[in-house]
Amino acid sequence: MSVDAPSQSDNHNELPTRTSGRLERVLRSGRFAVTAELNPPDSADPQDVYDAAVVLSSVCDAINATDASGANCHMSSVAICALLTRAGYEPVFQVSCRDRNRIAIQGDLLGAAAMGVHNVLCLTGDDVTAGDQPQAKRVFDLDSTQLLHTARIMRDSGVFLSGRKLTVPPPFFLGAAANPFVPPFDWRPVHLGKKIAAGAEFIQTQYCFDLPRLRTFMQSVRDQGLHEQAFILVGVGPLRSAGAAEFMRTKVPGVWIPDEVVDRLKGAPKGKQRAEGKRICIEIIQQVREIAGVAGIHVMAYRQEELVAEIIEESGLLPRPFRADVPHATRARHIPRPHHTR
Amino acid sequence: MQGYFHSHPHLLEKAYQLAERAAWALNPMVKKIGYARVERVIKGPEDVVKGWVFGCHRCGQCVLHSTGMSCPMGCPKNLRNGPCGGVRPNGHCEVKPEMRCVWVVAYESSLQMPIYGHELIEIQPPVDRRLEDTSAWINMLTGVDKQTPPGWIPLEAVK
Repeated sequence: MSVDAPSQSDNHNELPTRTSGRLERVLRSGRFAVTAELNPPDSADPQDVYDAAVVLSSVCDAINATDASGANCHMSSVAICALLTRAGYEPVFQVSCRDRNRIAIQGDLLGAAAMGVHNVLCLTGDDVTAGDQPQAKRVFDLDSTQLLHTARIMRDSGVFLSGRKLTVPPPFFLGAAANPFVPPFDWRPVHLGKKIAAGAEFIQTQYCFDLPRLRTFMQSVRDQGLHEQAFILVGVGPLRSAGAAEFMRTKVPGVWIPDEVVDRLKGAPKGKQRAEGKRICIEIIQQVREIAGVAGIHVMAYRQEELVAEIIEESGLLPRPFRADVPHATRARHIPRPHHTR
Repeated sequence: MQGYFHSHPHLLEKAYQLAERAAWALNPMVKKIGYARVERVIKGPEDVVKGWVFGCHRCGQCVLHSTGMSCPMGCPKNLRNGPCGGVRPNGHCEVKPEMRCVWVVAYESSLQMPIYGHELIEIQPPVDRRLEDTSAWINMLTGVDKQTPPGWIPLEAVK
């Protein structure tokens, strides 16, 4: 699969009746998608969001707005999404179950849709103990699977969980996370199937530093035909140094970095570890692209956002298709999706 | 003791199956006496036994047999549909490093559970928080534990 040669030239007709965002169009047109994570500001200035977004926008198809990831408080994901759609960017609205109950979450989903958000990534969320305010109360009223299904019910049946009708349902493209790199390994592909059954249309995985493990996972995914039911984007990112890698794999929940990768960083000459980390990331991207059933990558470069553009360019993934050609993000609210009666 | 039971999940599911049959057999009598009255009597013993065997968190809508006889409310995130992405490489919990992930246990146990093991893939609806600290057995008999939010559509109906 290459950026320039989509497998289907024009299949807009195959799109669902709801309006689709840029990410969905890229994926449905068979192109290899690129999403990137925006580092949310600790600031009340919208310009900080735009400064972070502008370096990502030309090299990716959608920008993920994280929801206090690692349980560290930053500007809220719904507000970042509202700022991004206002400027014509395509955000992925990350929603975690850690901080809000079902009432707050459904309200935020509607609000995000009203702001022109298409893509929603439904997450469980890192536990409060992972962050810098471990005294906080954890909510987890819904889990990520229930959240996915709730968002799907709002979209397809046009109701809240209470059964109360929505006058205009949100036209979401629904996403879920997967982590193929932590136990129970055999069950991870089955668990992915469960999330797809609950409504996931695209998947963004945790950081991949272990290609053999990813290949085993994808083999099982293909055996179940799941890659044909949802678009799978593999998480990647550069490691700043051997020390940073050590920190990530011991302190950040769910990140698995094999010894070989850490050793390779340690082996790099002094002052060259950052470049080596970038090289490892590009090599992983190139190998991930060769794995059947992988529909794209999701780049997470915590505090190294200036590297994202270089990584994507040097991986041969530019130019990006459908680049901010139309401000479709602002159209969604005027075009309701037909209600499906069941 | 929990360790013994968790290494024999088939015994647990068999015990559950028998207890469920017994509960339904006694249901007409329970109904006659009154669910609330019976609940007052059995709530204490139920808490003690389930607390001892499963580390029960008294959510009042027990799905143990569908989750590998491993209580999903024992998960610090209360996940009822599978593990989060934070499971440690040794299969332990992200939040409580000394505890095995309840979903790692659930998955392993379900493989040894011929009766209910397959139910692990079923999608569990959101919890009714009002049922917390009520008797799950009585809730099963009255059917309130099966009631989902009015807008919730069972997965079979979606396709």
